[in-house]
Amino acid sequence: MQVEEAMRSAVRHAIRMLLLLVLGSLLGAALVRMAPGFGVHEEDLDSRLSRESHAALDQKPAEDASLIRFYIHYCGRLLRGDLGTSTSLHEPVRQLLAERIPETTKTLAIGMALAWTLGLGAAFASLLSRWHWIQWSTSFICSLILSIPTAVLAIFFFLAQAPVRIAVGLVVLPSVYSFARGLLNRTSGLPHVLAARARGVGELGILIRHVGRVAAPQLLALCGVSVCTALAACVPIEALCDSPGIGQLAWQAALSRDLPLLVTLTLIVTLVTLCANLAAEAVGGAAFREVRR
Amino acid sequence: MRRARLAAGIFLLLVAAASLLAPLLAPAPYARQFREDTNASCSRQHPLGTDGLGRDRLSRLLYGTRVSLVLAPAAALLATLLAGVAGGTAGLAGGWIESSVMAAADLFLSVPWLFLLITVRALLPLNVSPLASVAITFALLGCLGWAGTARIAGAEARALRTSDMILQARASGCSAVRLLRKHIGPNLADTLLTQFWLSIPVFILSEANLGLLGLGVAEPLPSWGSLLRELGSLSSLGAEPVRFVPLALLVLTVSSFQFVLHREDARL
Repeated sequence: MQVEEAMRSAVRHAIRMLLLLVLGSLLGAALVRMAPGFGVHEEDLDSRLSRESHAALDQKPAEDASLIRFYIHYCGRLLRGDLGTSTSLHEPVRQLLAERIPETTKTLAIGMALAWTLGLGAAFASLLSRWHWIQWSTSFICSLILSIPTAVLAIFFFLAQAPVRIAVGLVVLPSVYSFARGLLNRTSGLPHVLAARARGVGELGILIRHVGRVAAPQLLALCGVSVCTALAACVPIEALCDSPGIGQLAWQAALSRDLPLLVTLTLIVTLVTLCANLAAEAVGGAAFREVRR
Repeated sequence: MRRARLAAGIFLLLVAAASLLAPLLAPAPYARQFREDTNASCSRQHPLGTDGLGRDRLSRLLYGTRVSLVLAPAAALLATLLAGVAGGTAGLAGGWIESSVMAAADLFLSVPWLFLLITVRALLPLNVSPLASVAITFALLGCLGWAGTARIAGAEARALRTSDMILQARASGCSAVRLLRKHIGPNLADTLLTQFWLSIPVFILSEANLGLLGLGVAEPLPSWGSLLRELGSLSSLGAEPVRFVPLALLVLTVSSFQFVLHREDARL
């Protein structure tokens, strides 16, 4: 029965994700199609080309004359794995992504690991400790980081020649800490925790067995959300620290108005975010059912 | 804690007053170039020195604060109004309208904020006049920042849809527009007001990020984002501390907002 329920929930989420992607790709295709300058080629301005060559060039945009036809072509190409060609870098988008995805993946993995280790550690420490200064100092540091634009943080890391991956971790850290601390505080006031404390169970045991287990599903859900925050942070950090990842590519595409590349990148990033959220929800749901049982 | 909140509130008022009085307080117009005094250090004539183009830093900071502090609330107001209309309509109508609006909100929330901002910003012309760039930047923030608030407003409106008050209003022949304006709107006002205040620091930081990436307010008009771009040309962290003044002001302002909002949140 539980397996059936889990399967139904997974299918429901997958359908929702698919619909969102279709909607997103339609929106992306519409934006590319309607943006000023669509269909204008550099060669159109080349006076050395003959009239026949110009006519041949003009034939191509006619294929995508209507938005619906353009969208069908666009989706067809996406399904075949053809992500188009970058108009600014003159390279296939697929190749550009293959070169840059590993760098961003490493940055995300190290940044997230750092943020979660420090954030959860600080939340546990402020809960277990009786010293108010720990809570004050962690809250102060997190508020300070929240008040600094990510791009400025990137400049600091660049000037200090520190690893950029730590900067991504620092951007995610405040949200992990604030959410985890609030959640652990609320959970530690639940009746079963008070009962365990009254029976003389140690604080660490309570935290692991009674508070941590109950809070796990929501913390896992936050994990999905923090992927979105980390990916957004990658744009200014990679751009300003000259780290060759997806974020830097998106920034270069934005500055040179390379819309096919930018929209494809945004779609891929959306897909990654949706998958991360789906996985977090699925694991969190399983953990919740386990706790309830 | 109460004193700290009071101090934060006073600081915000002072910053707002200084920015509004910029024409009186600024030693020079923000775009005027003192070509013989480029990169000048602090002096009586230029209290914060001049930038690489010889423009007075204090004047640019005062005018830049005005741009950021006036337009971030304007963008927050636009986002909150859009969210109120979208969320209120979705919650009240239910069915496919609610599903569609919530799917659109989900889509906006699924795309990382800065990716969404730079994608849509790149679709609009980049080579525009400074005033047009200000309008584009903040209209963009307002138009793209509605999704989170719309979900909250939608959930509240959904709960109100089956309340006795709304059922009675429907039974007495109240139209959908009147229901939204007279009954749903006022009941959502507190939530929307809280979200409005919470959006302001987010939009200030977003503008700063966009400005630093060269996609924000265009030169010569100053904003906090364009003022922070000076940090990019520093040779080391310790060099020219005066260049950190805009950053210090931004951090203090956003932190003050956070302090004041805690109280505002609790009250609402």
